[in-house]
Amino acid sequence: MTSTALSAPASASTPERTSPNRGPAAARARRKRILHWIAVHSVAIAVALLFLLPFVFVFLTSVMSDSQAMSGDLWPDSWHWSNYKAVFETPGFLDWWRNSLMYAGLGTLFTVCSAIPVAYALAKFRFRGRRTAMLLVISTMMLPPQVIVIPMYLVWAQQFHLSGTLWPLIIPMAFGDAYSIFLLRQFLLTIPKEYIESAKVDGCGEFRTMVKIVVPMAKPGIAAIALFQFFYCWNDYFGPQIYAAQNPGAWTLSYGLESFKSAHAVNWNMTMAATLLVMAPVIIVFFFAQKAFVEGVTLTGVKG
Amino acid sequence: MAMSLSDPARRRLRTLGFLSPWLVGFSVFFAYPLIATVYFSFMHYNQIKEPTFVGLRNWTYVFEQMPLFGPALRNTLWLVVIMVAVRVVFGLSLGLLITKIKTGAGFFRTAFYIPYLAPPVAATVAFVFLLNPGSGPVNEILGSIGISGPNWFNDPDTAKPSLVLLSLWGIGDLMVIFMAALLDVPKEQYEAAELDGAGPWAKFRYVTWPSITPIVMFAVVTGVVQTMQYYTQALVAGKVASGVNIGPGSVIQPGYPDHSTLTVPQLVYQMGFQNFNTGAACVLSLVLFAIAMAVTMLLMRKRSGLLAAED
Repeated sequence: MTSTALSAPASASTPERTSPNRGPAAARARRKRILHWIAVHSVAIAVALLFLLPFVFVFLTSVMSDSQAMSGDLWPDSWHWSNYKAVFETPGFLDWWRNSLMYAGLGTLFTVCSAIPVAYALAKFRFRGRRTAMLLVISTMMLPPQVIVIPMYLVWAQQFHLSGTLWPLIIPMAFGDAYSIFLLRQFLLTIPKEYIESAKVDGCGEFRTMVKIVVPMAKPGIAAIALFQFFYCWNDYFGPQIYAAQNPGAWTLSYGLESFKSAHAVNWNMTMAATLLVMAPVIIVFFFAQKAFVEGVTLTGVKG
Repeated sequence: MAMSLSDPARRRLRTLGFLSPWLVGFSVFFAYPLIATVYFSFMHYNQIKEPTFVGLRNWTYVFEQMPLFGPALRNTLWLVVIMVAVRVVFGLSLGLLITKIKTGAGFFRTAFYIPYLAPPVAATVAFVFLLNPGSGPVNEILGSIGISGPNWFNDPDTAKPSLVLLSLWGIGDLMVIFMAALLDVPKEQYEAAELDGAGPWAKFRYVTWPSITPIVMFAVVTGVVQTMQYYTQALVAGKVASGVNIGPGSVIQPGYPDHSTLTVPQLVYQMGFQNFNTGAACVLSLVLFAIAMAVTMLLMRKRSGLLAAED
């Protein structure tokens, strides 16, 4: 709408054309393109600001003094970097880091090791019930975790006496995670059959073919499921709340953060510093592995 | 090419071997607990004494007497309808915007995507602070331009919309999915439509929309299932906004303010792990299961491209 309103005077006021071979219509089209460019980029800048401002406010509050953090001021009077030191010195905070790293690290390792053979079989083997197996994988993927949590908790707590630890969350990951299997299987479908067949002609067994041929070719897909699983564990709140709540020594960062806020009821500055420290690893890793992320997200939605 | 593996029995064994992690996982960590949930839904069980059979008593209790079941189910359904609709529309708009960007596309993509990565607890705590009615930066800014901001997470009328706002901040995954789908629309179709004199709306309606419908469908269905499990953000927002000091082991009533953020998964947790009413918690789980299953079935029927690349 703005383009038509502005294009009439625009073409009238530019008798000297940009290119001698083109008429006023071309100049008008060029104007229109520029205005379109400006409109799109202004909207994008405005939205980007809205998306990034929360991080900015959280950061600015995290370096305020205790009293200023409650005042509603937007800019810190003086920069209290020591808030971060104080967060690290809070009893338990370092344990939460260790526990989060253990949960996310082992969980990722187990998930990757178990998902590769299953995804490979579902993508490349022909067997009866293959479609049904795929349907079951997707069904489990779609199921709310709350549906099965109560019997699982009872088994882990009463038979194995593992409540108060993170093991009930880590051990099942050695037995396949539906989301990772699905995602990796979608990726493996894109690997041409010929590579696998030629490996077999060369006398490779199915397992060797998987390890020597498929895994190296599937590195981007494996990276994607590893990252997603790492962040799933890092961000998980429900799982640690079920199994680790009664033992503060087993809390993870995600679970501890909310109790951190409760314990420091008035200290928004400390809470925001802790909040940024919980977000930081995820965002740092993202910058190193952007491609794998975007590939993973796209795979689930589009390449189906 | 005579290989020992051509033997069908050995081939079957090999397939089972590769699938075995999942076969074990599926039966032990999925099928068993699902059956056990059904079993416990007919039992009275407080996790100390032996379970006793009570028939349909837990079911009638949940549906007829449990005071919080109505609000929790209504809140969950409100979130499922409103949050999914708003997210899909906003995600698609952002996807359309990002495909139109020529300069600095990488920067904008990252800016829109990165909040999605923020751990839900951290994002929620941050939002409760930002939208804090008294001293939060958002109301501070609104005040400076003469608008008196709402009470956000502290008002039963705006608590759920505030959660929707939080979910829009984390729209990155949907944006990427829509972006990929939009880039897959064949360019020639747009050119052909332009020759026919189609404007921007007609191009969207007759070229873009038909080719992205499967992805929109996928986004809606996964959105519904995700929102059925809505737990962390609602619980943390309620706890932090209420400002109560919660020590380990203390029992709090979820859903602050006035049960406006109580969802069915929170009620499952409260029943199962705070009130130790295992039977009622299992009934609630099965209500979630029934709804999620119905939606999944719909997905399978419509296919929405999920299983399309079978070969």
